[in-house]
Amino acid sequence: MFNWFYIEGILILVGVNLMVVLGLSLLTGFTGLFSFGHAGFMAIGAYVSAVCTLYYHIPFVPAMVLGAAASMVMALIIGYFTLGLKGDYFCIATLGFGESVRLIFDNLDFFGGARGISSIPMITTFELTLVICILAVAALTLLMHSRHGRNMIAIREEELASQAIGIHVFRYKMISFAISAAYAAVGGALYAHYLGYLQPLMFQLTKSTEMTIMVIFGGLGSIGGSVIGAVLLTFLPELLRSFANWRLVFYGAAVVLIMISRPQGLMGGMELTDLWRKFRAGGRKRRGTDVLPDEKKEGGDAA
Amino acid sequence: MSIFIQQIINGLSIGSIYALMAVGYSLVYSILNFSNFAHGGVIMLGAYFGLYAVTLVGGLPFLGALAVAALLAGLVAVALEKIAYRPLRKRNAPSLYFIISAMGASIFLENLVIVTIGPTFRTYPQMFSAAPIALGNVTISRIDVLMFAIAAISLAVLMFIIEKTKVGLAIRACSFNTKASNLMGVNVNRVIFIIFLLGGMLAGVAGMLFGMRYTVYPQIGVITNKSFIAAVFGGLGSLPGAVVGSLLLGIIETFGAGYIASTYRDLIAFSLLIIILVIRPSGLMGRVTEDKA
Repeated sequence: MFNWFYIEGILILVGVNLMVVLGLSLLTGFTGLFSFGHAGFMAIGAYVSAVCTLYYHIPFVPAMVLGAAASMVMALIIGYFTLGLKGDYFCIATLGFGESVRLIFDNLDFFGGARGISSIPMITTFELTLVICILAVAALTLLMHSRHGRNMIAIREEELASQAIGIHVFRYKMISFAISAAYAAVGGALYAHYLGYLQPLMFQLTKSTEMTIMVIFGGLGSIGGSVIGAVLLTFLPELLRSFANWRLVFYGAAVVLIMISRPQGLMGGMELTDLWRKFRAGGRKRRGTDVLPDEKKEGGDAA
Repeated sequence: MSIFIQQIINGLSIGSIYALMAVGYSLVYSILNFSNFAHGGVIMLGAYFGLYAVTLVGGLPFLGALAVAALLAGLVAVALEKIAYRPLRKRNAPSLYFIISAMGASIFLENLVIVTIGPTFRTYPQMFSAAPIALGNVTISRIDVLMFAIAAISLAVLMFIIEKTKVGLAIRACSFNTKASNLMGVNVNRVIFIIFLLGGMLAGVAGMLFGMRYTVYPQIGVITNKSFIAAVFGGLGSLPGAVVGSLLLGIIETFGAGYIASTYRDLIAFSLLIIILVIRPSGLMGRVTEDKA
């Protein structure tokens, strides 16, 4: 059971989930917008790239980029109409969007209808997934440390105040939503070319929920947390495979348990580097030296 | 013309079931301001409770089974509130945590049923004559009439409780301003207990009726998403809105399915959701929420 082929398969799935989770992390963890429609963006990326490679024989990477671009355009259109909504309504709108996308693919014969597309070239390898994921994490980290990333965090913290200091709230929400959709689409493209077939049923609402749960499990506002969340929650069901259907029962219970006991997730608001600094500061403290002033501030931020 | 009337009747029949489900979403939203996605799980359990009440307890009359289903589903909803939402409420967690918790609960309930009862489709034993009632060219199945009548009675009882009783006054007060009502001596915890009980009982009734009309299976909760759309359509938090939205959604859906294509049924519902959110997010009768500075 534990041969390389099997492990490689799971690792690729980790990569696929990680791409979507990173996208959601940007949107939810850093911009403060929840989405229950990312399975829709995944589906767009998967279908568009699959059609490109299968019917038009475009190489994988350009096909993937096309998928991401299509997804981004869709996000800009949907975002333009719905990002102005207050509170839960945006998240409800994304839910409607995700389901609509699935149902549209379900009804379009060009995309195979409910039967889906099969015999997609199986291009996705572990190495390719790894490279894409590393690039994606690096890009997201750079973005979050740039002026634009900080603007997004400001919007998450206090929308009205950030508007007052001159941040174009709507524009940054659009950017965040579009990038997030592109990440999800890349995940979808990898997924399509790993499995070799696509069906609209793969992109149900539960898929979006699963992704959001990974982000929250890892901790909102933490890239490291998202990586850990995606890795753990993709491996966990595999480890629990012998429990067959019970695993989803545990999974549901675990989600409720996390929400009522530790809603900030594993790494809420902290990065791995923060943990390392804390760890070192803790060591120094034990030796009798004071905590650095900026550590105190970090602690305050995380709380 | 007879097809047209037939479609309206079909639409009203499914719409009345949506209404029973949608008021559950709206009741919770009106006080706690979050979308209780675990409601679908409660509806699904209601269908199973009713099924077992009918088949296991031999010869339990229809209304008895309905009462059992309603009561048990109400208790499940209350338990859910105690376990999954109350700790969040104590901490004043943002509404999105409630939603995630609700989704976790719905995954839990759905899969618990799959593991313990099994994923197969089950049907209620025939309790009423299947012979339809014919009115000229239009035929109405008895169960549709029954569904509509029970839905109407249940909703009337709910409206009576909300509008005419002291408990209802407390519920209305809390939906205006929970904090102020608390200061005025309203026991908010009890009000929340009652709305979950009421919502859960209606969910049980809806689940059982739905199961009798169609089939019972663990993923019924997915279909209840459409009743959520109906609640948004009517304006989340508004009970008359939920009812009107549900009936309209039922009619729009059956018309779409009848005149365009039946495969577009769900697509019509979800597109409607987006269109409403874009044009008028507060729905037909909802309150407009404003950001407080």
